[in-house]
Amino acid sequence: MLQFITRRLILLVPVLIGVLLVTFIIVRAIPGDPCKVMLGERATEEKCAEFRERYGLNDNLLVQFGRFLVNMGKGDLGVSIRFGQPVVSLIAARLPMTIELTIGAMLFSTIVGVFLGIISALKRNTIVDTLTMVIANVGVSMPVFWLGLVLAYVFALLLKDTPFFLPPSARLTSGLALTQLADYWGLKDMSGFQKFVVDFLTHSLLVNALATGNWKLLGDGLRHLILPSVAVGTIPMAIIARMTRSSLLEVLGQDYIRTARAKGLPYNKVITRHALSNAMIPIVTIIGLETGALLSGAVLTETVFNLPGVGTALVGAILARDYPVVQGFTLVVAMVFILVNLLVDISYAYLDPRIRLE
Amino acid sequence: MSAVSLNHTPKAVERWSPTREAWRRLRRHRSAQIGMIILGLMVLVAIFAPLIAPYDPVKQMQNVKRREPPCIHLLGCPAEKPEHLFGIDGNFRDLFSRVVFGSRLSLQIGFATIGFAILVGGLLGAVSAYAGGWVDNLIMRTMDVLMAFPSLLLAIAIVAVLGTGLINALLAIGIVSIPRYARLVRATVLQVREMEYVQASRALGAGGLHILFLRILPNAITPLIVQGTLGIAGAIIDAAALSFLGLGAEPPTPEWGLMLGEERNSVFNAPHLVFFPGLAIMLTVLSFNLLGDGLRDALDPRLRGNVS
Repeated sequence: MLQFITRRLILLVPVLIGVLLVTFIIVRAIPGDPCKVMLGERATEEKCAEFRERYGLNDNLLVQFGRFLVNMGKGDLGVSIRFGQPVVSLIAARLPMTIELTIGAMLFSTIVGVFLGIISALKRNTIVDTLTMVIANVGVSMPVFWLGLVLAYVFALLLKDTPFFLPPSARLTSGLALTQLADYWGLKDMSGFQKFVVDFLTHSLLVNALATGNWKLLGDGLRHLILPSVAVGTIPMAIIARMTRSSLLEVLGQDYIRTARAKGLPYNKVITRHALSNAMIPIVTIIGLETGALLSGAVLTETVFNLPGVGTALVGAILARDYPVVQGFTLVVAMVFILVNLLVDISYAYLDPRIRLE
Repeated sequence: MSAVSLNHTPKAVERWSPTREAWRRLRRHRSAQIGMIILGLMVLVAIFAPLIAPYDPVKQMQNVKRREPPCIHLLGCPAEKPEHLFGIDGNFRDLFSRVVFGSRLSLQIGFATIGFAILVGGLLGAVSAYAGGWVDNLIMRTMDVLMAFPSLLLAIAIVAVLGTGLINALLAIGIVSIPRYARLVRATVLQVREMEYVQASRALGAGGLHILFLRILPNAITPLIVQGTLGIAGAIIDAAALSFLGLGAEPPTPEWGLMLGEERNSVFNAPHLVFFPGLAIMLTVLSFNLLGDGLRDALDPRLRGNVS
């Protein structure tokens, strides 16, 4: 197993270098003078000279890339032009929201998708099966941002005075706020990695609420997370449902299932112990492959629900031409994506021993 | 039906070309049927948009109330009021006309981006497989890196470089779609290159390009059609998403994603402005997805995977 993980990590190196190169190029490939683009058309020649000096734009590209890598190693992603803050601290503030949303969507899509898939495989060719597959087909074609708006309309307006009311926007009800954990824990003068971690934890709702014992905050935050998670999770849910169905049907047709039944094992046990555990492998693969869709969906849904996450920051930065932020956030999302894919690889090597030996 | 099966002599079957056989299977495929019907309607709407749309999709109208809900005579809207099937948008325009014209744009977007991706990706894949060595490595590792980003985010980043606008958004979506087709064509070429009929063609003195285009690449057409159809669905949704975020089409273009994005804050007081453009996107994407599933089953049983 360890050998397998090591091999996977080594395979990642060229991809990582490529991703760094792409994010590096993105900022350099902007047409026009970077100084005029970033500081505005009215920037004077002196200011531009100073700007180029500060960002090292006078050196050749190889030197610049080297410096970019070194800075990256030190955890320095530059400074936001718009906010004057280090990009890293913006990431610490925004990334937790997106991760929460992605996890929420993943839970929704996996639980509902696998459930629907199993039901539809076991009730094959009945009305239940047809209905489930109609849901799956429509779900795959659902524009995430539209679904988000429709959900907001239904649950926040139509169901306004019922117990099913769900808030249509923002992360918390106004009046509630996340506690600054640095103050709460009495930490002072932090810098570098430690500051990043504490900032990150501060903005992670679950950690924040648990650490401070603020249950009201937790409940409110989770309620705000339901609609966006459903919106983001619908496409993966549909794909997982279809995959679960076909995977389970294939396994159910095999001889060892008949043998297990013939031995006199109860039906439920055959399904859970024999069929599902083998049908899980392609399902886990699909769940992993859908992470990209989840992250992309999260970016869109944050805009719909006004959530302070990576997506809203990225789009805002593009519209404001805040390129250090664009660069930093693109890089971080790619890293998260690569990391999740690695975890998926490892998890199905764990589920299916044959993969380890390849 | 019975008459056909009675006359079902083996001779008649042999005369069926693979294309005809595939077409027969496609016609019988339930989801392909539904997909083709919806798509057919969409294409008709797009072609005859100027005849169907009662108003100009871009010009602002006089004497209408802003964001007025739909007025449909059949559903009890007073006959003296002008009919607006989908209501009025935030800029005094007839939403129905805008949605109708939007079908043109969305279909063009889908075909243009995927056509671009297949052309560039196919070329890269073919070159990669044919040249081998470091060229192959360079091209395919680049494709790996492109695939290491979630596709919509990479598209957003590319738009950040190129600048916002519909053409740039399409280019971005085209670029992020390239790797899939490059891999597909490369795999086909590698698989077929050493086959005997290719060797035979070479022995007969055929040149490299002749072999590539007439002997090898036709094998890639089937999977490309299937992947392309599904790809169009994704491209339409991604283009709408970019426009929704304000990075794609610019006002007053009648683009469905943009219509949604412009009116997303009026969802509570004018839900019709959000409902109809989104429904149009969903139906179009659904039709391509269903057709793609059907094509996969009809054209290439080997690709049969997660089919309902």
